[in-house]
Amino acid sequence: MDKFTTHTGRVAPLRRSNVDTDQIIPAVYLKRVTKTGFEDGLFAEWREDEKFLLNQAEYKDATVLVTGTEFGTGSSREHAVWALKDYGFKAVIAPRFGDIFRGNSLKNGLLTVELPEAAVEELWLRAELHPDAEVTVDLAEREVRAGDRTWTFEFDEFLRWRMMEGLDDVALTLRDEDKIAAFESNRDAWRPRTLPAAV
Amino acid sequence: MSRTPHEAEGARPQTLAEKVWNAHVVRTGGQQPDLLYIDLHLLHEVTSPQAFDGLRQAGRKVRRTDLTIATEDHNTPTDNLFTIADPTSRKQIETLRTNCEEFGVRIHSLGDENQGVVHVVGPQLGLTQPGMTVVCGDSHTSTHGAFGSIAFGIGTSEVEHVLATQTLPQAKPKYMAVTVNGSLPEGVSAKDLILKIISITGTGGGKGHIVEYRGQAIEELSMEGRMTVCNMSIEWGAKAGMIAADEKTFAYVQGRPHAPQGEDWDAAVEYWRTLKTDEGAVFDKEIVIDAASLSPFVTWGTNPGQGVELSGNVPDPAAFEDAIERTTAANALEYMGLEAGTPMREIGVDVVFLGSCTNGRIEDLRTAAEVIKGRKVAGTVNMMVVPGSAKVREQAIEEGLDRVFIEAGADWRFAGCSMCLGMNPDQLTPGQRAASTSNRNFEGRQGKGGRTHLVSPAVAAATAVSGHLASPADL
Repeated sequence: MDKFTTHTGRVAPLRRSNVDTDQIIPAVYLKRVTKTGFEDGLFAEWREDEKFLLNQAEYKDATVLVTGTEFGTGSSREHAVWALKDYGFKAVIAPRFGDIFRGNSLKNGLLTVELPEAAVEELWLRAELHPDAEVTVDLAEREVRAGDRTWTFEFDEFLRWRMMEGLDDVALTLRDEDKIAAFESNRDAWRPRTLPAAV
Repeated sequence: MSRTPHEAEGARPQTLAEKVWNAHVVRTGGQQPDLLYIDLHLLHEVTSPQAFDGLRQAGRKVRRTDLTIATEDHNTPTDNLFTIADPTSRKQIETLRTNCEEFGVRIHSLGDENQGVVHVVGPQLGLTQPGMTVVCGDSHTSTHGAFGSIAFGIGTSEVEHVLATQTLPQAKPKYMAVTVNGSLPEGVSAKDLILKIISITGTGGGKGHIVEYRGQAIEELSMEGRMTVCNMSIEWGAKAGMIAADEKTFAYVQGRPHAPQGEDWDAAVEYWRTLKTDEGAVFDKEIVIDAASLSPFVTWGTNPGQGVELSGNVPDPAAFEDAIERTTAANALEYMGLEAGTPMREIGVDVVFLGSCTNGRIEDLRTAAEVIKGRKVAGTVNMMVVPGSAKVREQAIEEGLDRVFIEAGADWRFAGCSMCLGMNPDQLTPGQRAASTSNRNFEGRQGKGGRTHLVSPAVAAATAVSGHLASPADL
C-alpha cells in the first residue's frame, strides 16, 4: 500500500449526501478482474451530464473530494475506492462514511477524513469561490488546512500508523500466526467444514 | 467449552453479540484492533479475483480451504445456464473457476444444484449455523446473522486477508437492540418491518453497531423472515444484524448437509442454547417498535430510508426539518419522477422483480405465488421471478409454483442476483419504474436511469397484477 502522510491539492466540492457506492461506480463497471483501470466508472452516470462538477474545467485537476454525509454507503465493492484513486483523488472529506467503504479506503492509501458539517460547508464555499485554492490534508498532524483555517480531525492511532507506514495487514497479522494456530487447535470439532463437500 | 466468555469473565451479563465476538478473539489488547477468527468465508466472482491475485503475488495459499466456499451469482445469466454473452462477464466467472481450482476452493458453478445467491446457498447447505463468524465480499452477508452469528460484508483487501489468515482485525463494535413488541398484523411481513426500521433510523443510524433484533414479533418470524430482516441491516449502516437462535433455528439447521450429527449435534445445541443476551446486559442503544402499528411499507426515494406506508403519499420535501434530508428528498423526487402528495397506490410500475438475497427464498416465492394464483400479470407490467438458488428453483418447480407464475404471464428465470444490482443483462432501461423485492433503491442500481420502489413479495405480486403499487388486500 502507498504511504500517506500529507497531501495538498485542489478541492472538488460535491454537494450531495448519501452518495452510495452504486453511484460512485455502477455495477456494470465491476466486471474487470484487475485492481486498476476503474477511472471511467467513477460517477459514471453523473459524468454523462456536462454540467456535472467533474466535467467543469476548474475542478478537473481536483485531488481532494469534499462531499456530504453518508458517503460510500451500500455495496462493499472496493472498486469504489479503486475508481476514486484511479481518477486521481488522494483524499475524501465528509461528515460521515459508510463503514465498509471507509475500511476499504484506508487499505488502499486513500485517506478518508471525517469533519463536521460546518467545516464541510466552509470547504465547499471556498472551493466554489476559488476553485484553484489548495487545501492540505495532513495525517501526521491530523489537520485539514485551507488558507487561514485549520480543522483537526480524529483518527484511530493504529490505523494512522499503518497508513503512514504503508503497511500490509496480512503481513502484520501473520506475525501472530502462532496465536492463530493455537486458536485453531482449540476449536470445537463439530464446527462446520466446507470440505469434504456434503450435498 | 473453555472459551465460553460468560463463564471465564464471571458474572457480568453480556449481549448475544458480545458472547459470539469474545468466542472468536484470537488476539486482543494493545493498540491493535481485536483479531477475530472467521468460521466461514463465502466467495463469489466479483469481489474475489483481485484477492486471489494478491495471494499469488505474495506466494501465499488459502489457509483454510475447508472453511471457504464459492459460488457464481452476481454476474450470471438468468435466461439460460451456459451462455454468457458478454465476454468480460464470462472472463470474470472463468477467473473464479480457475482460482478455485488453483487454490483448492470448493465451488458451485452454473448448472450445479447449489449454485445461487451466496447468502441463500450458505444456509441451504447448513454451513450457516448459530454462534459463528461469517464473512463475504458482499455487504448483505448480514443475512447469516439470522442464525445468531456475527456476519458482515468485507472489501476485497479483507477477502485476501481472510483467505491468507482465516482472521480479520476488527475494531470493537458497539451494541444495539431493536426490540419489536407484539405481533405483526395479518398481511405485514418481515420486509415491511425492516423497511419501517430503516425509515426511522436513516441510512447511517446503525453505524458501528452490531444490532440484535428481538421481541415477540421477531421470535414469531420464520427463519426466512429473520434472514430478510438481518439482510437489510447494512441499509441502515449497521455492522451486522443478529437474532438469537431458538428451536426454529435448530429445526432449520438440523438434517442439512453440513449440520452436525449425533453427539456432535447434541454438543452444538447445548452450546447454541447459551447464545442469548443475558438478563441485565447493557446495550449502547435501543430502539423499541410496536409491531401492531405496522402496515405494508414501500420506498418512494433513492435510499432505503426513504420509505412510507403503502397507504401514504409521496412526501413533500419542504416538510423535512433537516436541511440535508430536504435536499436529498428533493433530489430523490426529481430522479424518481414523482410529485409530492401523490398517493403511493397510484404509482404505476413497468417491471416487478421478485428475487434477491433479501426475498428470493422459497417462502418468498410461495407468498407471491399465492397472490398471483388464478390471476394475470397486468399487460403493462413485465414480472421477473428469479429464485435465490438453483435448489430453491427446483423446490418451487416441485411445488408447482413455476406453473403459477408462468400461467400468470410472469417471466420464470434461473437463479442469481439478477436485477437486484443490474450487473448482468437483467436491467431497467432509463425511466422504467420497478417494484422490487430487493434491498436497494439507489439511483441507477437496477439499470441506468431506472427507478426502484422496494417492496415485500406480497406487495410485489399484488402490484404485478394491478399495475400500480398495491397490497393483496387491494385486489
